[in-house]
Amino acid sequence: MTLDQVKKGSAYVIKFIPAGKIASQAIRFGVYRGETVSIGEIIPMGPIIIYKNRQEIAIGRSLAKKIEIEPVMQEVS
Amino acid sequence: MHCHDLSQHFNIPKGVRKIVLAGNPNVGKSVVFNAITGLYVDVSNFPGTTLEISVGKTGKDVVLDTPGVYGISSFNDEEKVARDVILGADVVVNVIDAVHLERDLFLTQQIIDTGIPLIVALNMADEARKHGMDIDADLLSDLLGVPVIPTVATKKQGLDELRSAIENARPGLLNHQLKKKLEKLQDRVGSQGDALLILEGDEHVARRHGLEPGNMREEIYLLRREKVNDIVGHVVSEASKGASFTTRLGRWMVYPWTGIPVLAAILWAMYEVIGVFIAQTVVGITEETIMQGMYEPFIKGLIAPIVGQESFIGHLLIGEFGVLTMTVSYILGLLLPLVIGFYFALSAMEDSGYLPRLAALVDRLLTGIGLNGRAVIPLILGFGCVTMATITTRLLGSDRERRIAIFLLALVIPCSAQLAVIIGMLAGLGPSYIGLYVAVIFMVLVIVGTALNKILPGESTDLMIDLPPLRFPRLENVVKKTITKSTMFLKEATPLFALGALIIGLLQVTGLLTLIQEILAPLTVGWLQLPQETATAFIMGFVRRDFGAAGLYGLDLSPLQTVISLVTITLFVPCIASAMVIYRERGKKEATIIWLSILILAFIVGGLLSQVLI
Repeated sequence: MTLDQVKKGSAYVIKFIPAGKIASQAIRFGVYRGETVSIGEIIPMGPIIIYKNRQEIAIGRSLAKKIEIEPVMQEVS
Repeated sequence: MHCHDLSQHFNIPKGVRKIVLAGNPNVGKSVVFNAITGLYVDVSNFPGTTLEISVGKTGKDVVLDTPGVYGISSFNDEEKVARDVILGADVVVNVIDAVHLERDLFLTQQIIDTGIPLIVALNMADEARKHGMDIDADLLSDLLGVPVIPTVATKKQGLDELRSAIENARPGLLNHQLKKKLEKLQDRVGSQGDALLILEGDEHVARRHGLEPGNMREEIYLLRREKVNDIVGHVVSEASKGASFTTRLGRWMVYPWTGIPVLAAILWAMYEVIGVFIAQTVVGITEETIMQGMYEPFIKGLIAPIVGQESFIGHLLIGEFGVLTMTVSYILGLLLPLVIGFYFALSAMEDSGYLPRLAALVDRLLTGIGLNGRAVIPLILGFGCVTMATITTRLLGSDRERRIAIFLLALVIPCSAQLAVIIGMLAGLGPSYIGLYVAVIFMVLVIVGTALNKILPGESTDLMIDLPPLRFPRLENVVKKTITKSTMFLKEATPLFALGALIIGLLQVTGLLTLIQEILAPLTVGWLQLPQETATAFIMGFVRRDFGAAGLYGLDLSPLQTVISLVTITLFVPCIASAMVIYRERGKKEATIIWLSILILAFIVGGLLSQVLI
């Protein structure tokens, strides 16, 4: 599944982020393959806001469609 | 640019130690900078950009500030400037936000990888404690290999320790594999920092050495990220706490149902302060009482006896469009108060962390016109000064987005000066006419933006933006930013404005002004159905749209005619200063196309409106 199909409040593991500048920027924010993020807000038709540690990052809808993720099976406290 | 060029640009004598402040955006870097350097700070433009670099002194050393960045990889103007200043540093003071170590330490490690001696200011230590985080600064120092000083810059805590620790700055620890690779390249290029950036694929740095950029960015980035995560895992222990009020407020700002009312409240407050208090009360005093009442008679009295009021030179200097009369009154009396008000509001918004949230809120709307949420920043700036906003479009991710944003700024966004005149004219007509005006302008924005998005080749970039924690802006910082930006505006706008006044003055003296008026008359009377004298307003509009709007002020127009003429003058070509910036930023050919299309569009829309309504 992709990042635009997520549920608010759930946690997901990132499986794939398209290469390039965006990927580098994502590594700087600590959002890259294998990392777990949780979903803060989902703005209707708009960006997805993810939480990673104490950071909030807004990811545009079209980018979210290109980021592959997998739900985290067991909720980590 | 090499480090000696940098020294030359900022007039730093040889042999003086350069201390450079670096850090992510919104980490309190400027507060630390002020604390280290004290009063005497020089702000200048970094060559080839609009970014300001503050240069101050501490003892015998020179201290340079850099723009807030997440890394130094030439992704945008800020990163390029930060890269060049950091690579030219003798010592780097890296300010990091204790609450966001995972993010901030990435830049720290990148600087460590350049081999430049470093100390770290672990700032906002108090906020971290409030979040229930406990950070082991000594362990952090051991793991990074550089001194770490906990600070609370806003409360002046730890700053003395920081200042004396500058002497202990040293190169930090880096990954063995990376070090080996760097050593090989370092022999060829002479510095570890340049070697690092070339390996990471920085085209600019590679070109300086006549080398091909490397392709190891992702690999090096991931190594760095792993190390940072590992460090954070060791030094931070925390007990999580519930969401605070600012966290909740931050969430409200991005969610449409709550975010739009918040935005509306902010815009209303800005209108009350800038549109009502400054545009009417303050400008009433500065423009009418001081400039037109006192300054202009004074300067006329001074100049007239020397060159004569009615002479050719007299007209140009102290006539209706005089370089010494109108130019000065207009810039100091009208524009400066508005611009100061606007930059104050904008700096406060910048420091509070609201703008990225606004970008997230409107991202969906802006993707429809080929932009992403970030474009809201230049578009909002445009309501202050379109010229400044046009330069700010550099922060957009692609050339395509810049093209769209610049076109829309030049076409639909009225600057503060013009807005003031427009508000003055519409206010008396009642809400339905104001609504009509706003609706037409908004429709043009949407239709033209959508059309550009369809016509222009390529794709716009995606939004990925960090939402910093909301903070109450610090007055001292906001005032400082406002002063810097307003000064820059004055320096930039004054010569262009004087030139524009000179051109119009020449046209008037030579009689060309009336000739052009007559040529334009069929357009104004026939197509727009406005009185013949409106032609003068449009001619003045070539210099500045607000001149144009002001030229409509004294005419006898029906309410519908007022709306039509205001719509036309709003869409009309941007002021000379903006046009020149568009030429500089977009090149001759594209700028000419933009300028002509806007001129034609303004009359098409105005005329259609007139034909439909009257």
